[in-house]
Amino acid sequence: MTDSYVVSIDQGTTSTRCIVFDRRGNLVSVAQREHQQHFPRPGWVEHDALEIWRNVGKVVPRALAQAGVTADQIAAIGIANQRESTVVWDRRTGVPVAPAIIWQDTRTDALVETLARAPGAEDVRQRCGLPLATYFSGPKLRWLLDHSPGLYERAERGEVLFGTMESWLIWNLTGGPDGGLHLTDVTNASRTMLMDLRTLGWHPDSLAFFGIPAAMLPEIRSSSEVYGTATAVLPGVRIAAALGDQQAALFGQTCFAPGDAKCTYGTGSFLLLNTGAEPVHSRHGLLTTVGYQIGGEPAVYALEGSIAITGSLVQWFRDRLDLISTAPEIETLARTVEDNGGCYIVPAFSGLFAPHWRSEARGVIVGLTSYITKGHLARAVLEATGWQTREVVDAMNADSGLDLTALRVDGGMTANNLLMQFVADVLAVPVVRPMVAETVSLGAAYAAGLAVGYWPDLEGLRSNWHLAARWVPEMDDAVRAEERENWQRAVERTFGWIKPEARAANE
Amino acid sequence: MASIRPMPGQVQSIARAAAILRLLASSSGRLGIGEIARSLDLPKGTAHGIVRTLQDVGFVEQDKTSGKYQLGAALLHLGTSYLDVNELRSRSINWADPLAARSGEAVRIGTLLDGKVLVVHHVFRPDDTLQTLDVGSLLPPHATALGKVLLAYDVGAANSVMQGEPEPYTRRTLVTARTLTRALTEIRDNGWGAEIEEMTLGEAGIAAPIRGYGGLVVGAIGLSGPVDRVCDGHGHPRPTLVAYVRDAARAVSRDLGAARW
Ligand SMILES: Nc1ncnc2c1ncn2[C@@H]1O[C@H](COP(=O)(O)OP(=O)(O)OP(=O)(O)O)[C@@H](O)[C@H]1O
Ligand SMILES: [Mg+2]
Repeated sequence: MTDSYVVSIDQGTTSTRCIVFDRRGNLVSVAQREHQQHFPRPGWVEHDALEIWRNVGKVVPRALAQAGVTADQIAAIGIANQRESTVVWDRRTGVPVAPAIIWQDTRTDALVETLARAPGAEDVRQRCGLPLATYFSGPKLRWLLDHSPGLYERAERGEVLFGTMESWLIWNLTGGPDGGLHLTDVTNASRTMLMDLRTLGWHPDSLAFFGIPAAMLPEIRSSSEVYGTATAVLPGVRIAAALGDQQAALFGQTCFAPGDAKCTYGTGSFLLLNTGAEPVHSRHGLLTTVGYQIGGEPAVYALEGSIAITGSLVQWFRDRLDLISTAPEIETLARTVEDNGGCYIVPAFSGLFAPHWRSEARGVIVGLTSYITKGHLARAVLEATGWQTREVVDAMNADSGLDLTALRVDGGMTANNLLMQFVADVLAVPVVRPMVAETVSLGAAYAAGLAVGYWPDLEGLRSNWHLAARWVPEMDDAVRAEERENWQRAVERTFGWIKPEARAANE
Repeated sequence: MASIRPMPGQVQSIARAAAILRLLASSSGRLGIGEIARSLDLPKGTAHGIVRTLQDVGFVEQDKTSGKYQLGAALLHLGTSYLDVNELRSRSINWADPLAARSGEAVRIGTLLDGKVLVVHHVFRPDDTLQTLDVGSLLPPHATALGKVLLAYDVGAANSVMQGEPEPYTRRTLVTARTLTRALTEIRDNGWGAEIEEMTLGEAGIAAPIRGYGGLVVGAIGLSGPVDRVCDGHGHPRPTLVAYVRDAARAVSRDLGAARW
């Protein structure tokens, strides 16, 4: 028997990567390509969905060539994607009607405020498990319908289609205008505000609330089943999984049991806790979301603490302030000093997500004195990720009534040793990294491999998880308490920055 | 300015590259390809090829908006280490993990720092037993596989180790200039190196060089573990493990832009 492999496509916020995995879940090859970030106005973030689709066409063949494998050796493709980012395209031409509105985009803040006061808002919230925020797809889609003349009518006639990135890619992979499949999975659908968490279907009242025609929506499927066969990029290969990237990471970390949790450190950072077959509603600012659903089995739910800005703060430090030339150099710069020198950065660039959900907040740097060097700023950048993690862990502990005993981590920032040590220090629990840092891709591969029988069951996958690194807390309790208080005071200073009239002007 | 004619025995494109760097250094603003080509009396295509290569190695930078060129930051830091160690870790993490998973042994990546091996990255042995992260610790270069590989490609460091008094950790530690020199030559011939009970009885390691742009050795990646697992019945490093280590080193090198490795 010749070796066979599973391919994952991770369509992320900053880049698209393709990874080939072998039967033991080891990475065989990887190819990656960044796409352009467009910031046409303050608070707006856009991608060109066609550029992203072209990048898929580049990275997949490169990864296969690097691994020395051919399409007939690929058992299945799994897709993980940046979530919530919203694409609307013409079903006949395959051309997007507008740039994709990215999850960090806050152009809908005034719209969201209006919607939050509208009748039925509380029902929508209960039904979907999410607060009304600019973050989710529903408001973004409504904004597009409001701001593109004639789009609503075309949507009603089914001439234009809505999707998050996995829908866009699956539609293109399976033929695009020539019979492309228009579908999404439960995890991505759970981020739109349009899905009922219990029935896992689009809810007519939620659609009416946002004013969204059902004809433009994709069909909701499980996260792990054969959706169809690719006709482009990898012709003949089965597409067998789709999950939002954070849910994919939960799956890749083999958090299959209620109580299992992980945090993925990428552009933003996302802590997800498996809560089993029941959706749990948070009282501390966390989201209720679908973790995954395997074929016809019941869905598994999760509580989520979403942090909008972590790795992207490092990118901002690199690209906008020009203080470093690569992201990892932030660690080198931070190590030039002993501590933060009294300086704190709260990166509320898109408002604050969990557990605060303050869309009017904006970022601050506090504690500046003439003593502060760029080294202190670099520390403050990394510490912001640590403290934001602490905030969502506290919320998670409060909601679940259990104390987290160790944090499973993954993502690009876990290569930062100083940061991982700091996370362990501020959480006062060990931080552990598994053998595969690309857990998002691994999760998509696992879900696809399960669907086609490449891997037999969850138990087999769990035995692939091995500890690669472990950071243990070293910080003095008094220091931790003092620093935590400073952080909280810094956070308070971000609140209420955007004035209501400025928000109205955005509408 | 007259066109640059190489003296006999010179490599023409290097002479031209040097002239371009001098030109950029002496001009007050940035220069476009046309200006560079005209100043040096070179065909535009030739100037462009050389500038592109200089840009790839970081000696020249292109302004995004104007498309013009200036000296690159890498030139200013020629004397300091050219690959940031934290960057080396970030860029190699995807390959160190599968090496540990495939080999079943702990993996480390090291670079030379003041005559010692600095552990830049450490992946635990994948058996989920309690292990301690030793990133940031220093290892003796003459008694570790990582260290010997690094010394093999750094004459200066190798000489100073041999001039010092290398500590004999075990009976098998290489402490004389003669045995070390021979070992380093062998590593260069083979493209990898091993250490068998040279630091700790019962322990062995295998390592291979990580090369950056242009082939410069910027670090080493290796595994270590009990001698009976790392070596075969004849006391030689197991060929499969050697192949895993070399594959991982090549994969990292490729990502770092070392074309031929
Ligand atoms: N060594 C490092 N120290 C600090 N930050 C880092 C380091 N390496 C990478 N990053 C940051 O991590 C992010 C990249 O991580 P990763 O590749 O996991 O994210 P991503 O998957 O690209 O994100 P997304 O999926 O949202 O596109 C970048 O924002 C980068 O700034
Ligand atoms: Mg990602």
